[in-house]
Formats: sequence, C-alpha cells, structure tokens
Amino acid sequence: MKVVLQKLTKIFPARGKGAGGDVVAANCLDFEIPDGELIALLGPSGCGKSTTLNLISGLQKPTSGRIFFGDDDVTDLPPENRGVGLVFQNYALYPHLSVMDNIIFPLGNLRGKDRMSKAEMHEKAHEIAKLVQIDGLMDRKPGELSGGQQQRVAIARALVKMPRVLLLDEPLSNLDARLRLQTREEIKRIQRETKITTVFVTHDQDEAMSISDRIIVMRDGVVQQIGAPQEVYDNPENLFVANFLGTPPINVFSASVKGGFLKIGGDSVLKLKNVPDGGVWAAIRPEGFLLRDDGPFRCKLSRVEVMGRDISVVSENKCSQNPAIRSIIASENRVNTASETVRFALKPHKVYLFDKKTEKRVAFEAE
Amino acid sequence: MENKSSKGWLYLLPAILFLGVFMVYPLIDVFVYSFEEGYNSASQTFFGTGIYNYSYILHDPYFLQAVKNTFILVVVTVPLSTLIALGISCGLSSIKPLRELYQTVFFLPYVTNTLAVGLVFMILFQKTPYTDGLVNLVLGIFGMSPIDFIDGPYWAKMFVLCFYTVWVVLPFKILILTSALASVNEEYYSAARIDGTRPFRIFRKITLPMISPMLFYLIITGFIGAFKAYSDAVALFGTNLNAAEMNTIVGYVYDMLYGDSGGFPSYASAAAIVLFAIVLTITCINLLVSKKYVHY
Repeated sequence: MKVVLQKLTKIFPARGKGAGGDVVAANCLDFEIPDGELIALLGPSGCGKSTTLNLISGLQKPTSGRIFFGDDDVTDLPPENRGVGLVFQNYALYPHLSVMDNIIFPLGNLRGKDRMSKAEMHEKAHEIAKLVQIDGLMDRKPGELSGGQQQRVAIARALVKMPRVLLLDEPLSNLDARLRLQTREEIKRIQRETKITTVFVTHDQDEAMSISDRIIVMRDGVVQQIGAPQEVYDNPENLFVANFLGTPPINVFSASVKGGFLKIGGDSVLKLKNVPDGGVWAAIRPEGFLLRDDGPFRCKLSRVEVMGRDISVVSENKCSQNPAIRSIIASENRVNTASETVRFALKPHKVYLFDKKTEKRVAFEAE
Repeated sequence: MENKSSKGWLYLLPAILFLGVFMVYPLIDVFVYSFEEGYNSASQTFFGTGIYNYSYILHDPYFLQAVKNTFILVVVTVPLSTLIALGISCGLSSIKPLRELYQTVFFLPYVTNTLAVGLVFMILFQKTPYTDGLVNLVLGIFGMSPIDFIDGPYWAKMFVLCFYTVWVVLPFKILILTSALASVNEEYYSAARIDGTRPFRIFRKITLPMISPMLFYLIITGFIGAFKAYSDAVALFGTNLNAAEMNTIVGYVYDMLYGDSGGFPSYASAAAIVLFAIVLTITCINLLVSKKYVHY
C-alpha cells in the first residue's frame, strides 16, 4: 500500500501564559512512500517525526492537508478504520495479559463477518509469533521478557491484523547496543517477508542508513531531503543534512572561495571551477582526508587514535566549527606524532560547499 | 554483624514498644478476658473460665441484631460505594473543563465536620412537628405518604444508615480512584484505539486490570471500615442504639463496656473477638480472590 502525504500540516496552538507562538510540528509535508518499502523518518528530537507518524496512524488529526493510503483518502478516518499497526516506543504491551493474549487482543475487536473463533485467533497468533520468533514464549507475561523479546511481541501484535501500513516509533531506542544491531536486521527481515509498507521513526542515523530503503530527513517540521541512504549521504542538499548523517560527523569549516581556490584559513586547499568568489561553509567527510607530507591543508595535530582497520587523526584548525577535526585514514599510513602540524590533501567528492546564508549546497567542479 | 543487628533492633525499639504496649498486649488481654466469666476490671476478679461468654452473646438478641445490621451495612455499602466511586472517577477523568471544580465538590464531604453533616441529614430525613424533612417533601410530590426515617420502620432507618455511610466514604474512594486512573499510561489507550477496541472492552480489559490493586485496596479497607462502623449510627440515631434496633457490633462492644447496660468487660471481649474473627475471615477470602483478579 503506498502512502501519500499531501501538504500535510500540524500546528499545536500555544498554551499557557508566557508560552511562545504556535508550534508547527509538521509543515506542509508533501511526499509519497512507495508500496512495500521500508522508510525511515530521521531527525533530531523535536523535528516532528513522531507527529508525522501519529498523523499517519490517525492518533492525531492534521491541521490541513490530506493523507492517502493507495487511492483511499484516510484523512478523516479514525485510527481503527485505517488498517495501521503501530509499535510504540515503550511497546505499550498490556502487562496483565500473557504474550498470547496481547497478540490476539486486536483480533478480539473484530466484529461481524470478520469475527474469529478462539481457535482461529490462536492459530493466527502462532503464525505471527513464528514469524517474529517468539513462539516459545506465548504463556509469559511481558514483565518476564527481555527488551528485545518485548519488542518482537509488540511487532507481532501490530502485525496480527495484517495492517496496510506498519508504523514503528523509535523501535530500537530501548535496546542495548548489541541487541539493537540484531533487532534492526530482524525488522528488515520481517518487513521483507510481509512486504508491508513500513515507516519507522528514529533519531539514530546509523539505524536509518542501515535498514531503510529510503530515508526522509526532517528538521523543525520541514522535510530536508528524501532519498536512498547512500544517495542522501553522498549528496546532502544542505548543511543540516550533511551534519546529521555520518559517524564520525562531517567536519565543517568557515571558508571562502577566491580566484578558483577554496581557502580555509590561509591555505588554498582545493582548486575549483565555476564557483563565484565569497564566503562558504566547507564540509569535509572524515574519509575525505588524505595524509600527504606536501598536502595543502595544514592543521595542528592533537592526537592519533588507532582503531585497527583505520586510524583516526584528531587535529585542530581555527576555522573549524568543532574544536576537534576528525579524519579517518587507512592504517597503512604512518603519522609522525612528534610533528606539531599534520598536512592533508582532500578528496574533492568528499568535500561539500554550502552557501553561508541559506546553507544550501553550492555545486562545484574540482580541477 | 551482631553489632549491626542489635543496632537494627535499637532503631525498631520505639515502634515495637508502643505497638507492644498499646496493640499486642491489649489484644492478648481481650482474648484472655473473653474466656473469663464475669471479669470485673475494678477488683480484677472472675468466677471461672470457659466459653460461657461466647454462649451468652450468641444468644443475646441485641448482639444478633447488631451482627445482622453490620452485615447488611457491609454487603450494601462496600460494593455500592466502590461502584459509584468508580463511575464518578471515570467520569471525572474523561472530562476536561470544570474537572477541578467537580473534584473539589466530590471531596468536600471528606473535610466537612461530622456535626455539620449530621445537621444536613437531619434536614433531609428528620421528622419534626413543623416539617416532615426534605426527602419526605420530595416523596410527597410523587404522592407518597411521609416516612419517618429516624424513628420509623427498620428498613427506612437502615436505608438512611447505608445512604449516610456510602456518602461519607465516597470522597476518599473517588480521590484514590481518580489518581489510579490518571496513572494508567496513555499509550495503552492509544494502542487499544489503533486496534479499534470499543470503549467498554477498553474499560474491562485494560482500565480495570490496571487499577485493580487500588480497587482491591479500597475493597479491603471498605470491608474493614464497614465492619467497624459505629459512630455513624450514633450520629443518626443517638446513643441508645439497641432501642432503635440500629446497633452494630462495635456499638454492642461499647455498650457492654460503658453503656447503660455497661460493666460487662467479659461479654465485650467475647464480642470483640467474634468481630475480629469475622474481619479476619473476610480479609483472607478477599486476599484469596484477589490472587486471580488483581494485577500488580
């Protein structure tokens, strides 16, 4: 089922004395989620990604705009008639019911011709439980399960009705690092097997990049960029997206373009074509640095961290937005730690320029 | 290690001392008196030992009347007040405007002086040479003849006592239940809504189990409180409760100790022990039942 949002806006009115103006949690969202894809809504907290999810689920009503599931306009439908499954951040499993009773709870709501017998419900629940691999835990109470198992039960409960759209709100945030890696693979597998259009909300770019078919980066209720993870990473449309994606984060410098050269501090670090002179933000991915004795870009060496496969060179530059510049280079290189300065050459395709004011991407050609 | 545990006992000493002297010792004493015939607290003498005291009170029509009254009071007021409180709390938590005003109104009886409450009930129910009381005026509108609620038939007096008891215990129950309802995580309701759960099923399958510990607490304390009822009856029907057929078990104990027929601590002790046994039994039954229905 494809999901289409048309000029969707949600405004929370200002409340109480001394409160600021209205909060625009979702500002004119306009995008389409293709059938059967796994989509990540990515952004920092407060960017409106959870609100967007709630709008799709129907738990919140939009201020304006329309939502379509396929060709059905569901904007005015209450949540129960939309056919969505929602997995909550804290799972919201009913603590007094067994895993089995939790999973069949949604089935107990069906009426009329959809009504199921107890045996049919149990059969269905076992089927789903097998899919999410919790079929051995059916008699337990949620309190007796680990975080990862609870997560699976919550997914099973959301899936048992065969929803048209599956929504997950920060599905991995309550799991420890190891389980998170495992569970995100699991979510991907379940999504692939059921082929249900799935939207999940996360603030963790690793999570979004690793499993989603497409990511939607949001900030302050506005969509910043939509695309396949690699595409968004390689071609950020603005400084915010460049900053938000990638670990370690991108290094941002206050720089300028003069006479066909990108200048950071006093150094002419890159030769450019087709860029007008003026101030820019220069953002360089950590893997965009090459260690060269005669490199044009000079930084003050702070320390070298060996990480096995790579080494991470931490340095300083007065033009950097961050106190520390982090560059990742292959471990074959040897850094002279006795030296005070370290010199880099740059990979042009790992360098992005952004307008100083609008922070929009400035295209350039390297020479 | 030994030093540590002796320190612990030292900290517990004040509480143990007070509880021991004022709770445990009297309890044992009452138990002993209840088997001593004709105990006289002034001379500290008695005729003999045995179960005569129990036999006496179990054949005393006043005691049997008191037991009957107490049981009616318990059976009527505990479920009724809990149900009404649950209804009002659910109503309170589902409205937004004026909620605080209603909460205050429902809580007022809790902080109102007993005498003032008695006065109000007088105006409502008391028949005087000048007026039949408000309730009778209302009944008159529907063409019913006035009923004397205070000195009239047994069922009318029982009705007033139950009405009064329910009204007095409501505020506390409402207070507890509204906070219990407020503490149920909103996400459970959202999850249920997404699945299209009907309101009644949400209430039965989610709300009730979630607040069951509080509900259970109210039922247990409600039972115990109703079994110990006495002052309410006095406030409504005066001190001569035996004559009014409105005595309760605690009232009987009190009468046996200090009342007009007073001076029989042995009978009073036996009656107190019977009450203790009843309350203990009911509480145990409650605990057993709760294992199945209460979800902590």
